[in-house]
Amino acid sequence: MLRKPATATQVTHLQRLWLYVVCALVIIFLVAPTLIVIPMSFSDSRYLEFPPEAWSLRWYRAYLDSSEWRQATVVSFKVAGLTMVVATVTGTLAAYGLHVSRAKAGKYVSVLLILPMIIPVILLAVGIFLAFAPVGLNSTIPGLVLAHSVLAIPLVLITVTAGMRNFDINQEMVARSMGASRPWAFLTVTLPQIRNSVMSAALLAFIISLDEVVIALLIAGGDKATLTRRMFLALRDEIDPTIAAISTLLIGLSVVLLALSQFLQSKKN
Amino acid sequence: MTAQDVMVVSGTEPRNERALRRQARGEQGRLVALSVPAFFLVGALVLVPMGWLFWLSVYGSDGFTVENYTRLLHPAYKETLITTFELAFLVTGLCVLLGFPVAYMASQLGPRWASLVMLCVLFPFWTSLLVRTYAWLVLLQRRGVINSWLMDMGLIDTPLKLVHNFTGTTIGMVHIMLPFLVLPLYASMRTIDMDLMKAAANLGASPVRAFWGIYVPQTLSGLGAGVILVFVLSLGFYVTPALLGGGRVMMWAMQIERSMAVYGDWGAASALGVVLLVMTLGILWVLRRLTGASAGSGGH
Amino acid sequence: MKSSMTDAGATSVGPAAHAPDTEHSLPISVQSLVKSYGAFRALDNVSIDIRSGEFMTLLGPSGSGKTTLLMVLAGFVRPDSGSVTFGEREILLLPPHKRDIGMVFQNYALFPHMTVAENLAYPLKLRRAGKAEIRDRVERALDLVQLSGLGGRGIHELSGGQRQRVALARAVIFEPRILLMDEPLSALDKNLREQMQIEVRRLHEQLGITTVYVTHDQREALTMSDRIAVINDGRIQQVDEPRDLYEKPSTYFVANFIGETYSLPVEVSGSSVMLFGQPIKTPAPPEHGDRHQALILRPENLHVFEAEPDPGMNSMAGTVRQHVFQGDSIVTYLTVAGDREIAVRRQHRSDETLPAPGS
Repeated sequence: MLRKPATATQVTHLQRLWLYVVCALVIIFLVAPTLIVIPMSFSDSRYLEFPPEAWSLRWYRAYLDSSEWRQATVVSFKVAGLTMVVATVTGTLAAYGLHVSRAKAGKYVSVLLILPMIIPVILLAVGIFLAFAPVGLNSTIPGLVLAHSVLAIPLVLITVTAGMRNFDINQEMVARSMGASRPWAFLTVTLPQIRNSVMSAALLAFIISLDEVVIALLIAGGDKATLTRRMFLALRDEIDPTIAAISTLLIGLSVVLLALSQFLQSKKN
Repeated sequence: MTAQDVMVVSGTEPRNERALRRQARGEQGRLVALSVPAFFLVGALVLVPMGWLFWLSVYGSDGFTVENYTRLLHPAYKETLITTFELAFLVTGLCVLLGFPVAYMASQLGPRWASLVMLCVLFPFWTSLLVRTYAWLVLLQRRGVINSWLMDMGLIDTPLKLVHNFTGTTIGMVHIMLPFLVLPLYASMRTIDMDLMKAAANLGASPVRAFWGIYVPQTLSGLGAGVILVFVLSLGFYVTPALLGGGRVMMWAMQIERSMAVYGDWGAASALGVVLLVMTLGILWVLRRLTGASAGSGGH
Repeated sequence: MKSSMTDAGATSVGPAAHAPDTEHSLPISVQSLVKSYGAFRALDNVSIDIRSGEFMTLLGPSGSGKTTLLMVLAGFVRPDSGSVTFGEREILLLPPHKRDIGMVFQNYALFPHMTVAENLAYPLKLRRAGKAEIRDRVERALDLVQLSGLGGRGIHELSGGQRQRVALARAVIFEPRILLMDEPLSALDKNLREQMQIEVRRLHEQLGITTVYVTHDQREALTMSDRIAVINDGRIQQVDEPRDLYEKPSTYFVANFIGETYSLPVEVSGSSVMLFGQPIKTPAPPEHGDRHQALILRPENLHVFEAEPDPGMNSMAGTVRQHVFQGDSIVTYLTVAGDREIAVRRQHRSDETLPAPGS
């Protein structure tokens, strides 16, 4: 097996063994550290050891018993849920309009809408803090929702535009020729067919908001602290195993949501 | 009726020309208007504040000034700049070293294995940045998993200092940036026609020579995109250096946050911000030019 | 040899075979339509009248402007200027959904998230038809296109021909006054296409609806149409019944585009036409007085004689180059006057001997 040629140029698998070893190591490097958090969250010890000597759910209990963590969790989910709605609706409208319109301005608008993905998050955070200060949106749920929506809009735009590219716009035209106004044609013909893209964009928006740290750090003080903000502050001071429990829950959640989103996208055709 | 009759050219002035044009503009306008809510959000929360930041950086209490920028030449800021670039270069270099073999292998595997490898590469994308950084804290700390394993195996007597320093920051950042390098590289490798390698062998090139002479040059556009992406993201990175650096690694982004939140020094924060923004957009513009050109010649 | 025609044939068209059925259809009148994209003129002052109940085909090569014209009628392309009336009504400023047209696209544009019946019901629902009425009309529409019983099928379960029928049924189910079709058969294979041509034609005769049909396939146009408008470079070249278009093309482009043709230079002086220095007889005198004109020959109208033919026929001497067997016919390629190539087509008969190449 090892002596079989692996490439067209007769390099054998044995000669390439080093390549396989390096790749395996890199893949372990990518995957293992995150996974290691999961067993550690079930450790009974105050000190993080691997493998844990005794198992327990005490860190999950600690998380659930803490009103601060609970509050932060509620804030995070509220913000993520609302961000999902705001970013998906505005992003989808923009994606549709820009895709269908032949106006030259459209190209510039889409570049501007992608900007939040390109500008370093720290700058976005500082800028949003500046913009919110005079209108009192700092440390409020609406403020966080708007800020996170801005961060999510580029991805919604990209995902929905990809969906629109796969959609045959003739169908909308045919619907209109049969008597449907453009908005009605969009709702009854276009939207049902780009539904999966829109839903996967919504999931992405939710995750982006849920995982966002830097903006929350600057603009989400007091009782509006998000889960990630609290985690960040807790990590800066000490390594509290409660965070392992929260991390495990977050890993589970993001894997489920992202798998769902990938599934939706692959189902498109 | 004859063909000549139907082809009569009307001599009258077209009356509806204006109405048609107005209607066309109206329709295009309404379509673009659908992006107004999104555009308003991005404008109010990103574009206007960036302009404001620029204004703050050049306009002090006594009029226009370049003082905020000249201040950046102070050794403390210079050191931050050097650290930031050092780290960005180091992380980019390590990502190339680790990412190239993985992308190469994934591009040569059958579809099932390739998608498995890419799933692993994307796995970090799927999990919160904070969770990954936390994982490295746990692994690398003084009494952490790596140190205790190394000591149990008798390789070291005293724990290594792996975190809250440059080393830890580098490791954490490479972990986070690696997927950004592998993805474009993998994409470009997939398009390479392996028959070229056969042709090279046919012409007498050794596999090593064919690899460096034929294969690698074709990966350069993807590699370039990945390298620039990683480099730019590293320049503006905040979370991982802040946690894994333990305050000893002062990055550009951290300097911005500190100037603003700790010292309330908006002049410095805004100037630092503008410099970072200009560098980022500048490098990405170059990237666009490069990939745009290569996409044109790549022909797929 | 016999010349088939000249480019100077007069064009006259008798009244259309169809009695206008004003209840189900409307005439279309297009006046001085202009549409440019930058410097490119997609429609260059196009005027055309389509009679009520007529099957009008817009025929032209790709990029000729035929689809643009159709899209202007449908309302998806807004011209720069001009006028389009359906019946008495100017419709250029009306949005597509208020024009009451049925439309069939090249790729059918069926809604894949709906069943066949739901696709057909879509325009009826928009018109707020009752449930029972919808069921009834969908049923009838399916009968009309011979797809009875397939209402519950998904679009993906249909064959290409079936999809075509559903698209057709959907375009006429709400009884629009005008039906527009954009190369609806071009995605089908040859046999199916020929079958569908007859079907579409039958449907048109049954419904009597004014139909504008776009195609680049001249055979299809000749088979199906009441009249054909040949379009090139954004201009209408000729509007005529298929037979007249074929036999009396009014421009060089039309002559070349329709059917297989060869052209030879002729000199015109007064009413006589000279081919390579010999006078020839023409079915009609040349229409305009240009000295240099072209003689258009169709291979199926020519004959090869080994001996000198009757002096009463138009003839010229040529050298046989090659015979090409094409199943039902044989094409003989000849050169005349040294370097001009022409071809002669004739029915294949097995007992016949052919002049040897080189003679």
